[in-house]
Amino acid sequence: MAAEREPPPLGDARQPDLEELEDGEDLFTSTVSTLESSPSSPEPASLPAEDISTNSNGPKPAEIILEDDREDLFAEATEEVSLDSPEREPILSPEPTPAITPVTPTTLVAPRMESKSIAAPVIFDRSREEIEEEANGDVFDIEINVSDPEKVGDGMNAYMAYRVTTKTALPMFNKNEFSVKRRFSDFLGLHSKLATKYMHVGYIVPPAPEKSIVGMTKVKVGKEDSSSTEFVEKRRAALERYLQRTVKHPTLLQDPDLRQFLESSELPRAVNTQALSGAGILRMVNKAADAVNKMTIKMNESDAWFEEKQQQFENLDQQLRKLHASVEALVCHRKELSANTAAFAKSAAMLGNSEDHTALSRALSQLAEVEEKIDQLHQEQAFADFYMFSELLGDYIRLIAAVKGVFDHRMKCWQKWQDAQVTLQKKREAEAKLQLANKPDKLQQAKDEIKEWETKVQQGERDFEQISKTIRKEVGRFERERVRDFKTVIVKYLESLVQTQQQLIKYWEAFLPEAKAIA
Amino acid sequence: MLRGFCGGGSFVSLKAINVDLQTDAALQVDISDALSERDKVKFTVHTKSSLPNFKQNEFSVVRQHEEFIWLHDSFVENEDYAGYIIPPAPPRPDFDASREKLQKLGEGEGSMTKEEFTKMKQELEAEYLAIFKKTVAMHEVFLCRVAAHPILRKDLNFHVFLEYNQDLSVRGKNKKEKLEDFFKNMVKSADGVIVSGVKDVDDFFEHERTFLVEYHNRVKDASAKSDKMTRSHKNVADDYNRIGSSLYTLGTQDSTEIFQLYCHIPLFYFSQQKIEARVSADEDLKLSDLLKYYLRESQAAKDLLYRRSRSLVDYENANKALDKARAKNKDVLQAETTQQLCCQKFEKISESAKQELIDFKTRRVAAFRKNLVELAELELKHAKVTGIYFCFHFRQLLFHRIIEVGLEGTL
Repeated sequence: MAAEREPPPLGDARQPDLEELEDGEDLFTSTVSTLESSPSSPEPASLPAEDISTNSNGPKPAEIILEDDREDLFAEATEEVSLDSPEREPILSPEPTPAITPVTPTTLVAPRMESKSIAAPVIFDRSREEIEEEANGDVFDIEINVSDPEKVGDGMNAYMAYRVTTKTALPMFNKNEFSVKRRFSDFLGLHSKLATKYMHVGYIVPPAPEKSIVGMTKVKVGKEDSSSTEFVEKRRAALERYLQRTVKHPTLLQDPDLRQFLESSELPRAVNTQALSGAGILRMVNKAADAVNKMTIKMNESDAWFEEKQQQFENLDQQLRKLHASVEALVCHRKELSANTAAFAKSAAMLGNSEDHTALSRALSQLAEVEEKIDQLHQEQAFADFYMFSELLGDYIRLIAAVKGVFDHRMKCWQKWQDAQVTLQKKREAEAKLQLANKPDKLQQAKDEIKEWETKVQQGERDFEQISKTIRKEVGRFERERVRDFKTVIVKYLESLVQTQQQLIKYWEAFLPEAKAIA
Repeated sequence: MLRGFCGGGSFVSLKAINVDLQTDAALQVDISDALSERDKVKFTVHTKSSLPNFKQNEFSVVRQHEEFIWLHDSFVENEDYAGYIIPPAPPRPDFDASREKLQKLGEGEGSMTKEEFTKMKQELEAEYLAIFKKTVAMHEVFLCRVAAHPILRKDLNFHVFLEYNQDLSVRGKNKKEKLEDFFKNMVKSADGVIVSGVKDVDDFFEHERTFLVEYHNRVKDASAKSDKMTRSHKNVADDYNRIGSSLYTLGTQDSTEIFQLYCHIPLFYFSQQKIEARVSADEDLKLSDLLKYYLRESQAAKDLLYRRSRSLVDYENANKALDKARAKNKDVLQAETTQQLCCQKFEKISESAKQELIDFKTRRVAAFRKNLVELAELELKHAKVTGIYFCFHFRQLLFHRIIEVGLEGTL
């Protein structure tokens, strides 16, 4: 490549750089022209190759190798970043310096960008698994796939069965690779079990995907149209994300119910998950009761951290909802754009047909073709927007609801402890009265009750402290996961956008000579 | 090689227009300034001429839209110009949609953040400005077409329009006149149907007629679809803007380490939006305007053919009348004169019409070529710039994986 590019200097210089670029498009026109002067490339927008810097002492950033594949900008981009856990602590610098570790520049391979294929968004989920994540210093060697949605049965009793494949080297599982068939209610059942076991002690249990009566009915009725296939695909992806999130949690991974879900070929049907079942109605009643309780409990918050965090989560919830709505609007408009572009392409083709000047006629037909291809691109982009961004936001909105639930449990725990204290106080007063009244037989009972309630108070206090501790840890984990998730998605999204731009360049470059040939 | 109306003219390409016109020093017209008042636009028409007809060599007058229409209509009603394609009248300046949007924005001010409001206001103002520029261009193109036409440029009304520095007192048509126009149009289209049933002896005109009818319809369709497409593009751009502000708010509310990550992304989205908006504006200008203009021109060409066919029918009727008169030997002289007149009229129209239609094709091909080339170049430029910008951000984000390391310790 003709021009050698230095990575932009990080640190303080970063912000103004970007602002310059924001305002001055001139920077890019000059960049474009320098790239264009490169003799051979048909795609002047490709990046030059860079050297890896093995000198990681001091502030020089580790640079990225971007193989300059003729076909794609980022065919295989490997980044070598060292994330050795023991060295990580000393690196905590308040400002984001590019220095990674003082030691080995070898080790891990981070995101491998695969060239995107035209097929379904399954691709996006797959490359995510290839990222080796580190969580709290443990590496969870477990990989879950949800695939092959199959319709089982007929009519209103029909359901979709999904194949859940697990690949793992963890010793707690019997085999290294195994798969089972599960249906949607099985997933809901799993979540329900985990939630009952873990949420009241402060663990954030990832929520399962939502039910959709409309969507499922269409599938059951057997409409083989694009909207029902889309629905099934959306659900499949959501189920996969749900399981992946669940197994990432160190405590949940140990749970026997989870293991049973992943491993055993037969699973008792979770009928309690049906909305109209007895358990379903009970759930609704409980939810209402909880809501009322929440309004009446006024917790004496001694820990500012919790108050702050709760406020933060409220804000985050609001913002995410707003963002989610905007992204959905974007998806909708992009689909509209795609339809309108297709209509225009047809119209331009007709116009080209009726034009009696040959060269112009040909050019117009070419224009129609270009617009048609662009329409395809728009559709794919809409896919990307949706599957990457919108669904992730939806997941996080539900996750935050789970976080809020955990905070509520803490409040309930506190309430229980307070109630126990109040009861203890009452028992003590009762005992004192009895002592004065001099009733020896009841006195003993009173003393026993006091002991019982003292233990309960202690237990209540312990529980409260435990749940507070757990929540702190969980929130920390959640924040880390959030940053990681968003980062991954944005990187992938950018990659897809880059490829779209490349395609656009190809199409318009092919068209330009045709337009110039009109004489 | 373009054939111009006047020989030896310099090739002047007018800004933001669809039509390449050759002008010469003898008569140059442009709109040097425009002022938008509450519900009307005042154009400053500036003329430079070496022709003896004018008192000065350079002068300006202020005109409003209605006066342009008056000029156009005077051409259409002039029998002498029946054999020419009358340059289509510029569309009325329409700021209603834009004004409505601004009003809605003002009403909804309370429901959005200050940044959002300022951004949207800026965009609407830019839109207003774009519409304004377009209407100026349309009016200018009309005048230039007239100025470039060898016959029309000599028209007296045109000179008055250019030179008379008082108000032309051309009022808009009142209700009665509008109704009259409506009936006239109905009659004309009914007549047009009758007249078009007559097959033309001349192959050239027969072909032209078939071609124009079909072309006109298809251009209408393409123009409508192109409009829809560019509007969708604008919607997508607006969405990006909203997403950008949401992400920005998210970033500012968040803890500082994560903010570093998030703050790049809103900037990225804002720039995406700018680029998308620019792409849509360019598409709008190049494609939609081009199609709209040729929609109107092809209508004007169809009108010419109609007038010719009408005169042909009149000629044939006059022939029949003459034969009848000769047979009855009554009013023969009168019939002969009528027939002569019709014949002359028809031949005159046919001759000029042929040239006009050939020139129309040349102009059309040239305009499409220019605009398609420019469209492709612009799209390429945008795609490349966006691609580079994305690459840049992409690399920035990859560098920022490092931020995670810092985060893991502090959280």
